[in-house]
Amino acid sequence: MSNLEERKVLLEVKNMKKYFKVGHNAILKAVDDISFKIHEGETLGLVGESGCGKSTTGRTIIRLYDATGGEVIYDGMDVHTLNRTQLKDFTRNAQMIFQDPYASLNPRMTVGDIVGEGIDIHGLYKGIERQKRIYELLELVGLNKEHASRFPHEFSGGQRQRIGIARSLAIEPKFIVCDEPISALDVSIQAQVVNLLIELQQKLGLTYLFIAHDLSMVKHISDRIAVMYLGAIVELASSEDLYEEPLHPYTKALLSAVPIPDPTIEKERQRIILEGDVPSPINPPGGCKFQARCELCQDICREKRPELREVRPNHFVACHMVK
Amino acid sequence: MSDVNLTAEKFRHVGKDLAKSQEVIRPSLTYWQDAWRRLKKNKVAIASLILLTFIVIMSFAGPYILPYEFDHQDFTVINKTAAEAPGHWFGTDALGRDIFVRVWKGTQVSLAIAVIAVLINVSIGIIYGGISGYVGGTIDNVMMRTVDVLFSIPQMLWVIMLIVVIGPGFDTIVIALALTGWGGMSRLVRGQVLQLREMEFVLAAKTLGASGRRVILRHLIPNSLGPIIINLTFAIPGAIFTEAFLSYIGLGLPVPQASLGTLANDGANLLLIHPYQLMYPSIVIVVLMLGFNLLGDGLRDALDPRLRQ
Repeated sequence: MSNLEERKVLLEVKNMKKYFKVGHNAILKAVDDISFKIHEGETLGLVGESGCGKSTTGRTIIRLYDATGGEVIYDGMDVHTLNRTQLKDFTRNAQMIFQDPYASLNPRMTVGDIVGEGIDIHGLYKGIERQKRIYELLELVGLNKEHASRFPHEFSGGQRQRIGIARSLAIEPKFIVCDEPISALDVSIQAQVVNLLIELQQKLGLTYLFIAHDLSMVKHISDRIAVMYLGAIVELASSEDLYEEPLHPYTKALLSAVPIPDPTIEKERQRIILEGDVPSPINPPGGCKFQARCELCQDICREKRPELREVRPNHFVACHMVK
Repeated sequence: MSDVNLTAEKFRHVGKDLAKSQEVIRPSLTYWQDAWRRLKKNKVAIASLILLTFIVIMSFAGPYILPYEFDHQDFTVINKTAAEAPGHWFGTDALGRDIFVRVWKGTQVSLAIAVIAVLINVSIGIIYGGISGYVGGTIDNVMMRTVDVLFSIPQMLWVIMLIVVIGPGFDTIVIALALTGWGGMSRLVRGQVLQLREMEFVLAAKTLGASGRRVILRHLIPNSLGPIIINLTFAIPGAIFTEAFLSYIGLGLPVPQASLGTLANDGANLLLIHPYQLMYPSIVIVVLMLGFNLLGDGLRDALDPRLRQ
């Protein structure tokens, strides 16, 4: 991405933190001081294993959660200082696609009403206009207008996810957080949904934050990828750079787990097996988040938390050992 | 397998019709149509429903079938069975009143008390439990502990105290039952709301900018309605029974008003001499209780989303 710097920054996350209180003295640091930028029209992939704070990051950005600290700047305004009316305007710009297509649609509402909910909340269209818009949206995501009068339980997982996508598109947002939109789907359906998302991005000029844990899918859709570990971003680079030259020891281990669809190369593939489990995010130790499982761990890693540094052009790593 | 000769020419590429693959063949059913379809399969529940419908119709029509008022006294027929006093289908009581008319009038009054009291219960329960669950945190804690304290006192004690203070009558019994019965409902609604408000479709509505009002009215309440209705069908016989009990111990409706409880009380006094006078109101009470409970069981099965096929 040579022209990355020239593109407008749509969303900037600055030192965002989200802590949850669990019990009396324990604090769960779900997201601990992360910063990144998303450019207009770009897809930023966010990967990491379960419980590393990916979904919390997505939800905090669109203010489903209030951040514990830091800023989220969308188009020049700090999302977390908006009042109620400003927040309602912000929701027109930023939407979300959810992970579980079975839990994300209200079982008592017709598909038409689900898709039209945003239209009703923001009072965009009324009567026949509203109906027409709902049909348009259903056709846009590859469903028929006959589906509008049906209920969510009559659809398959892939179809439900399309309904969820239509709902988020109804109010014409510019930015969409895709919170693992494909991880609950069949592999054959995953490709359909991802291709639909790519097609919609080109057609409507959308910007995505694409959260997932399927690395090959993320590579397919993303321009840049951020790797998260225990609430922190450990590496951020364009998807080609990240796959060709992973620098952080965690990213290396993660990528070594991806199967290669070529038997001769696949036979040669060396897996890096990490020792131990992810430490608990409740009251984590100081220093580098990855210290307990890292082969390269030195004294400095236990004392000082590494900053996200630009080691190669547009390739950021948070590790003391990478030169 | 030498006789099977497969060549490429025998196959034709039919491709894949994307529009067709999105078709839904199953007929469109709303949640309630689907529940009704499942309830219809349950013979016991349907029998209960028919029996209850019959009793409700009779409670309104019954008093007009025979040409007597419920408080009309005919001193020529005192304590007569149906055989001894033709025209009085269930016989007459100690004051020469027609028992058939009084039983249905009493059923009407008992049902009215129970339904009104339970509807008030449910309204208070939904509002109280809904706020408690939706707001959460300290407010939830305070509200629920208040309920715990209030409802740790036996319900009957409350009701008796209230009736002694306000004085017996139709209104009093309704108020007493309404004020003492909403604890369970508010706990149920709170539990439902706590469970639903973390669901992704509620988060999706919030992401779209929905107000708290909209989330509660469009998403939380419609999805809690199933358990609420089931609870309601079990609460109505409870209220009928409490009313009957109160009337039986003399805290019910003043004479000459009739309710199932006062009729049973009157009948019980003459049980050894004229057993038929207790029999008729008791049968209606039993059928009502059984009917509501069996219907409630059927509804629980029909409305349970886990049983959806």
